[in-house]
Amino acid sequence: MTMMNARVHSASRGWAQRAAAAAMAALATGSAFAVNDLKGGPGVNQLNLHEPVTNIARDQMWLHNFMLIVCLVIFVAVFGVMFYSIFKHRKSKGAVSANFHESVAVEIAWTVVPFLIVIGMALPATKVVVAMKDTTNADVTIKATGYQWKWGYDYLKGEGEGIGFLATLDTEQRVSSDSGHPEKVDNYLLKVDNPLVVPVNKKVRIITTANDVIHAWMVPAFGVKQDAIPGFVRDTWFKAEKEGDYYGQCAELCGKEHAYMPIHVKVVSAEAYTAWVDGKKKEIAAKADDPNKVWEQAALIARGEKVYANNCAVCHKPDGKGAGPIKALDGSPTVLAEDKMKQVLVVLNGQNNGAMPSWKQLSDTEIAAVVTYTKNSWSNKTGQTVQPSEVLAARK
Amino acid sequence: MSAVLPPHGAVGGHDGHSHGHDDHHDDHHDHHAPTGWRRWVFATNHKDIGTLYLLFSFAMLMVGGILALCIRAELFQPGLQFFNPELFNQFTTMHGLIMVFGAIMPAFVGFANWMIPLQIGAGDMAFARMNNFSFWLLIPAALMLVGSFFMPGGAPAAGWTLYAPLTLQMGPSMDGGIFAMHIMGASSIMGSINIIVTILNMRAPGMTLMKMPMFAWTWLITAYLLIAVMPVLAGAITMTLTDRHFGTAFFNPAGGGDPVMYQHIFWFFGHPEVYIMILPAFGIVSQIVPAFARKRLFGYASMVYATASIAILSFIVWAHHMFATGMPVTGQLFFMYATMLIAVPTGVKIFNWLATMWRGSMTFETPMLFAVGFIFVFTMGGFTGLILAMAPIDIQLQDTYYVVAHFHYVLVAGSLYGMFAGYYYWAPKWTGVMYSETRGKIHFWGSLVFFNITFFPMHFLGLAGMPRRYADYPMQFADFNMIASIGAFGFGLMQVYFFLFVVVPAMRGKGEKAPQKPWEAAEGLEWEVPSPAPFHTFEEPPKLNASATKIIG
Repeated sequence: MTMMNARVHSASRGWAQRAAAAAMAALATGSAFAVNDLKGGPGVNQLNLHEPVTNIARDQMWLHNFMLIVCLVIFVAVFGVMFYSIFKHRKSKGAVSANFHESVAVEIAWTVVPFLIVIGMALPATKVVVAMKDTTNADVTIKATGYQWKWGYDYLKGEGEGIGFLATLDTEQRVSSDSGHPEKVDNYLLKVDNPLVVPVNKKVRIITTANDVIHAWMVPAFGVKQDAIPGFVRDTWFKAEKEGDYYGQCAELCGKEHAYMPIHVKVVSAEAYTAWVDGKKKEIAAKADDPNKVWEQAALIARGEKVYANNCAVCHKPDGKGAGPIKALDGSPTVLAEDKMKQVLVVLNGQNNGAMPSWKQLSDTEIAAVVTYTKNSWSNKTGQTVQPSEVLAARK
Repeated sequence: MSAVLPPHGAVGGHDGHSHGHDDHHDDHHDHHAPTGWRRWVFATNHKDIGTLYLLFSFAMLMVGGILALCIRAELFQPGLQFFNPELFNQFTTMHGLIMVFGAIMPAFVGFANWMIPLQIGAGDMAFARMNNFSFWLLIPAALMLVGSFFMPGGAPAAGWTLYAPLTLQMGPSMDGGIFAMHIMGASSIMGSINIIVTILNMRAPGMTLMKMPMFAWTWLITAYLLIAVMPVLAGAITMTLTDRHFGTAFFNPAGGGDPVMYQHIFWFFGHPEVYIMILPAFGIVSQIVPAFARKRLFGYASMVYATASIAILSFIVWAHHMFATGMPVTGQLFFMYATMLIAVPTGVKIFNWLATMWRGSMTFETPMLFAVGFIFVFTMGGFTGLILAMAPIDIQLQDTYYVVAHFHYVLVAGSLYGMFAGYYYWAPKWTGVMYSETRGKIHFWGSLVFFNITFFPMHFLGLAGMPRRYADYPMQFADFNMIASIGAFGFGLMQVYFFLFVVVPAMRGKGEKAPQKPWEAAEGLEWEVPSPAPFHTFEEPPKLNASATKIIG
């Protein structure tokens, strides 16, 4: 099994490179020359599945190669017969048509034989299905939450319990995409601010859910793809055998920024993981904002500007004008309202069936800051300040 | 097409077999057959309605094609050059909806309208006025679908599968889209009832079910599928509608609803739907291959049983579209096994076609080219289907370009090629003129080459993990996307060529005059009437020979 896999894999890669080179030369685009394979992510003109780093992915690769070979053999045999017939049994070659048109024996034969072949294919697949679904005895359990359009990670069990953060696409890459002439970097659309960090050779269980619509968490090198469904939890698992960076993207249509919520998993050694967990915990302790702290307006606005750029500007635009169905904040009656809690509630709970999603995952301080910022930016000059304690009180 | 026919010219159709009634009939038609625009708006003649369906579906094919080219233009290079991602999602959604509900399905109904009465020796469809209604319902539905681009917020952008809860976020055009699909569903159901009643009740004496042409058989089975599943789709989108406006929470998790339930309901419709789009093509190919191999169809009975098994199996495989939703292990295994089982009857059909060709005396006019092209390329789509059926592999390939490649191999190289084959085969009967063989060949080879340039690289993109419905993609995918885009434009141009250089001349009556039976070994009652087929055929049930393929006396 492994031998066949290794052979097919190396053969196909060799061919891949030659074909890729030929294709590029033929097109003479020049554009892709600057781009290299991304380790743990897609290769340039990659022809096959990603190089597997888990048992499951290896089995999938084996199954795919096995199926490809069986299908190719059948294909060549069947169409060999067809093309032989096409070239031999032509009227122009003087072929006279025979008169047979029925044979129960033949019909039974070509029903039973494919049936047996199909059973032969299903048996090895069954083993892998059962293995894929076995999420028991995980060393680390992490919840991945799909948001429009980012991933939230919460370490629920195992080393690192309590850590939680959001992973967003690098904003410069997003801007670069809009420009129409993105910078040719190897990790284009795959670079996130906070990659998920997991230990090598440990069974990691990923619980998926979503906040708004269905997303899907996928990492091809791990052989993992699991829908993240709002209101429901699903799980999957992987045990990465090699340290390194691995990439994936959201695989279920989730709205306009669907292409811009990548997944980046860093697999590190046990020691490095422990060090990362310690660092992260300290960082969290230091960063924890006391919701009862009373802020100066200017400080809140400065903080809010960052929160806005990271979370709101994608839709509402940096100038607060919105676009299409996305409402403008600049001059919005909700933002300008006398009752400042009106806007706080929209940010906390969302509106229009989630077209404006709920942002309750942000901290009280962040929400207070971003509301204060929008109330005092562009043409909005309310002079109002929202304190974190007020947001805390509004949370229900 | 029959635009060139005088509505009551009856070009010698009566001379053949209904002497005693000529006067009476001519009188009758002179007084009642409408002319000008009334002929089309009030059409009750199956041939006129067939023509309307075919022209409508070609128009929708062009609209859907333009949307496809917008998608490919945006994907030509990494980065967003032409459209914002929201508009891109609208393109992918509307491309899917328009092609499925506006192009492929009505086109097959058009073929059914034209050919089923001619093939079974019936005077017309059973319910002529309902036939008119089911066609004209499509027009407002199509206008609403296309017009949704101009509604506030743009067209629906939730994918043609319209998964909840994303549909709950869509603007007002979503409601327009739902309404349009309801109307199209009603139209399809009426069309199906018409086809079933026509086939079951109006066959000429002596044409038993097991002597029926394969096209009529596949459509009979398809019509039952349609009646079974269109109401299911109607239910799914109605629940979406009430979730959006009337405070229900079928699919809205915030109210205790289940988004996955939508997928189950949708795919319970959706999977039989894909067979609805391919079975009539199987029927067309099953008629063309024997005609050009000059040899009877091998295993007629097993072809009928295989078609029926595919139809029945199509009801128990729907959740193979949902392996990534996280089904229990038994669910994944059941749907994996059931899906792989479909390969068996499909294989039987391929083998039967091959056995029909084997030791025949073949010629390769355009209909046969498209039929053989169909068998060859459709089988590739069948094999990728088998690969996708395996749950562990599907986990890697679900929602990637591999799936896009797979279903375009079965829907474009399958359904569309089947229809092109049928057009070249039957258009001489419709129009009374032969097409140009050279132009037919250019159309075939051009389409075949560009089709593969477009969709073959998508297998690689999918294996490498490029998700579908992406407006922009990592740099490593750039070259294959560029190749696919070039192919797509070529493929689109070939279809424009087909319309301008094959269809338009035929409609104008330009070309060599078609004999009654242009194909040496074609069998069936449609070749027993003159070309072009007169406005009214088989007003009196014909007397048939023992194999029900010829009129005697």
